[in-house]
Amino acid sequence: MSEWKMLTLVGQDKPGIVAKITTALFEAGSQLGEASMMRLGGNFTIMLMVKSEQSVEQLNQSIEPVVKEMQLSSSFQSIEASLHQHEIPDTRITVYGADRPGIVAKATSGLLDAGFNIMDLESDVAGDEANPIYIMHIEGLAVHGSEALERAMEQIKINGVHVDVTPIDVMIG
Amino acid sequence: MTVLDILKYPDEALKQISQPVESFDEELSTFLANLEETMRAGPGGVGIAAAQVGYFSRIAIVDVSSKPKIKHNGCMILINPEIKTWEGMKVGREGCMSVPDYTGNVIRAEKITLQACNAQGELCDYECEAYEARAVQHELDHLDGLLFLDRLVSRRTDLFKRKKYK
Repeated sequence: MSEWKMLTLVGQDKPGIVAKITTALFEAGSQLGEASMMRLGGNFTIMLMVKSEQSVEQLNQSIEPVVKEMQLSSSFQSIEASLHQHEIPDTRITVYGADRPGIVAKATSGLLDAGFNIMDLESDVAGDEANPIYIMHIEGLAVHGSEALERAMEQIKINGVHVDVTPIDVMIG
Repeated sequence: MTVLDILKYPDEALKQISQPVESFDEELSTFLANLEETMRAGPGGVGIAAAQVGYFSRIAIVDVSSKPKIKHNGCMILINPEIKTWEGMKVGREGCMSVPDYTGNVIRAEKITLQACNAQGELCDYECEAYEARAVQHELDHLDGLLFLDRLVSRRTDLFKRKKYK
């Protein structure tokens, strides 16, 4: 079994979540791997790779005092994972427009059909209550090239949504 | 020609400031040939600085001519290089042979002019833009002990294309 676990954690944002959770894990002898942590809608969210010989139950116990104190909700799961598996994305897609139901489903289904593999997606709802704007930033691999993507995204644009497809040209020096 | 070993961060030597080249001799041209060979051996390598192979002289090589559809100056041997002018700013993705398995966004000038000596010690002027300008700025940073890690910006930075006002 892999020694890697994925910690998923969420709770109302307040100072100290990251420091206290990572300290508890460090003190329990865990190593940390890659992570994505961000504030979403006033909540703080963590996805964190944790390497440990401890079981999921033992890891839960290690962070339980912090989870209780800070009123968080968390879970560990065993994962098949290793470090140094980065793939380099070749395309960046920005989608934005007046927020309406179905933007994400339509855009990402179009991307899927065009052979696009999403590696990273961040989205925000900006604007205000009366006029929300949806902004989505995607990076990934265009397996069938960018033309198929452009065609797929034309369908999304018809609905007044703005879409930019930009190649990511990585400079290795 | 020999492919030289690449120093990899966290080797602190990469933070060292390189010194100007003073003699343009046989030893230098042998080193340049090896440095170029090392650059070409790296996967996708379009530039290299002498500091990356532990030779702390102000030398860099940039050759982006293998990239399709871009403006370039061919293979540039840049000795004691100095950037004279900068124009525009753009976020782009960079990686580095000295920082394996990581790429990140960095803001660089879009157009630069620079002066550098060639292998014979003659002073040359160059104009570079876009991808080539990025490569030159990345390599010249190595001569001052800077890695692209020192200039990383958030992935969110370039969410929208900058509008050009003229």
